[in-house]
Amino acid sequence: MSTLASPDQPTLADFGQDVWWIVLIKIVGIFGVLVAMTLFAIVFERKVVARMQQRTGPNRVGPRGYLQSLADGLKLAFKEDIMPALADRPVYFLAPVIATIPAFLAFSVIPLGPTVSIFGERTPLQLTDAPIGVLIVLACSAMGVYGIVLAGWASGSTYPLLGGLRSAAQMVSYEIAMGLSIVAVFLYAGSMSTSEIVAAQANGTSLFGGTGNGPGWFAVLLPVSFVIYVIAVVGETNRAPFDLPEAESELVGGFHTEYSSLKFALFFLAEYVNMVTVSALAATLFLGGWRAPWPISWWDGANTGWWPLLWFFGKVVAALFVFIWLRGTLPRLRYDQFMRFGWKVLVPTALVWILVVATMRTVSREAGLDGGVVAVVVGVPIALLVIAGLLVASRRRNRDTRLGARAAAAGALRPPATEVLPPRGRPTAQGGFPVPPLDLVVPPSPRLRTREPVGAGAPAPVREEDVDV
Amino acid sequence: MSVLAAAADTAGQLGTGEAVVFWVLGPVALAGALGTVLSRNAVHSALWLVTTMLVLGVFYVVQGAPFLGAVQIIVYTGAVMILFLFVLMLVGRDTSDSVVETLRGQRVAAIVLGIGFAGLVGAGVARATQDVVPQGLGERAAGGNVEGIAALLFTRHLLAFEVTSALLITAAVGAMVLAHVEREPGSRPSQKELSRARFLTGDHPQTLPGPGVYARANSIAAPGRLPDGSPSPASASTGVEPQVVDELPRTGSTGAEREGLAHAGGTDAALGTLGGRTTGPTPGSGNGAPK
Repeated sequence: MSTLASPDQPTLADFGQDVWWIVLIKIVGIFGVLVAMTLFAIVFERKVVARMQQRTGPNRVGPRGYLQSLADGLKLAFKEDIMPALADRPVYFLAPVIATIPAFLAFSVIPLGPTVSIFGERTPLQLTDAPIGVLIVLACSAMGVYGIVLAGWASGSTYPLLGGLRSAAQMVSYEIAMGLSIVAVFLYAGSMSTSEIVAAQANGTSLFGGTGNGPGWFAVLLPVSFVIYVIAVVGETNRAPFDLPEAESELVGGFHTEYSSLKFALFFLAEYVNMVTVSALAATLFLGGWRAPWPISWWDGANTGWWPLLWFFGKVVAALFVFIWLRGTLPRLRYDQFMRFGWKVLVPTALVWILVVATMRTVSREAGLDGGVVAVVVGVPIALLVIAGLLVASRRRNRDTRLGARAAAAGALRPPATEVLPPRGRPTAQGGFPVPPLDLVVPPSPRLRTREPVGAGAPAPVREEDVDV
Repeated sequence: MSVLAAAADTAGQLGTGEAVVFWVLGPVALAGALGTVLSRNAVHSALWLVTTMLVLGVFYVVQGAPFLGAVQIIVYTGAVMILFLFVLMLVGRDTSDSVVETLRGQRVAAIVLGIGFAGLVGAGVARATQDVVPQGLGERAAGGNVEGIAALLFTRHLLAFEVTSALLITAAVGAMVLAHVEREPGSRPSQKELSRARFLTGDHPQTLPGPGVYARANSIAAPGRLPDGSPSPASASTGVEPQVVDELPRTGSTGAEREGLAHAGGTDAALGTLGGRTTGPTPGSGNGAPK
């Protein structure tokens, strides 16, 4: 699909022609961007999660606490570096390095913008590209697993080993779902190179003989792929709710329990760089890459020069926000549920979806039909059918609960006569199910609190008399 | 890419970039192979093997087969070797190869045979390839590496491809059949049932309270305390005689109250201790506070 929207769109032939100092500038630039994004993402995460939990978040270092990660980084660098007595020394030392290097390497094929001019040299805003660009990202994430697995093994203690084993199984499983979700994008874009995938999203699919311009983003054209990708990368990057390799309540810190100082900082860095990379890959594959989103794309200059950097990082930050949102919202899954979800839901869905997409592509090409027409005439009814089927199935599955709830609401259901004594104090269980205390009030937000005199003159706070254990 | 282009263009001779990559990474691959054989620790062996596989992947890329290189890294290094490591890690990290010879002269025989075999294979390969002029991919890779492999795989080598996939599926299904344990549905209570049972049969749906931590005692025998200061029986461990915690003399507000200074108030008054329950010599309203 050679839809070249403008001469600014780089093609594969444009790569590998740069002067050495341009390459050097790009390498240093990508490194700097990734480190800066990591520092930003940590503060951003803490601020957003704090906001979601009615707290203020870090507010001591720098303006409104936004330099907190710098202070944290310095603190980590000056902490004592511990080598556990039972550690396998060379592997223990290498593991954080192995985790970090592929994380940075993967970003080399992410297109940040169109062809621009750097000190008079025309060059694409992308370090390099290859006919198999996206596979390089997958290969790097495959190598990144080693860092975590080896860290867990080399620490010579139980919790890290369990964390390492978990992460090995988890990342290999979710990498399959992630790879399968991308296949549909390859089918549509006709290429595996990141710059050409961005180019393929430049022009929307023509609807009904090219009279209108449909959406071009693969997130819209291939919604199932997009959803699977988003879920799979959360598992792949070990982020909540899939952060089982470092589940605090079960494994202390998981694979990095025994690490301290800069080695721990490297793991931290690798995790956040991975997050940025998969967010950037999501933007590239599904959200139109560096191309301006819809209302802005009416402006002719939106996709030229250095402006696309802004759109690109806007999309990356939006994707990062989703990561943080998930962490602030969802509880951690149980390990067997998590694996069952990956293998029995995500992978089969991705396979069936690839089959559907390939069939539709072939049929439309053989019959000489418009891609958009096929999507509207065949795709939309099938999607509606599937959604309706899922709705009916879920209603049927919850039938007993629903009927029981209705009967209970009508007062028909009396709690069964139990042989055991009723629990003391506030009722915590009704019919065997835990219920939350119903008489609680939400405390006022600290941000809304007005400044009141604190001390002898302040009225004594009202205390709850009946304190439960 | 420049290396790639050079490799694809120069039919008949080795490009400079290709030569540099080969002479830098070739020794690394060799070192990886030797390390695999010579390492005492099984995990170290596996890591050396990973190094060799990684270098092989880079070699594929340099020789104009980027897809093959990526697949080598993703599948072999990323998936197969990780599973291998998984098993080795389960075996235990201190399991090194035994150096005791169970058969006499076994090690010498193995070394001699190994070197002999390596010499035979090496000489054979060297002789077979000494007059071969290196050729670029040229016309055969005109459509690109991905298309070239796809065309070969799904036309000429289709049968081998399908047979291999059938073999792999058989292996996977077989492993599952052998490892799977059939359990009667309902023979084990589910998490939901266990939760219901916990809530219905007692007033402790959560975990039991832990032992107390005091200034003078923090053993598991020291019971935790309820808010009214009495020891919590639920916190006592089974099979351990509960310890009586010796108290520090009362100070502070309670002392002030004893001196008749109740009007000055005190922490108990401020905290709104439940009326009447803490009066009397029950232990610990002032210090030895509950956790």
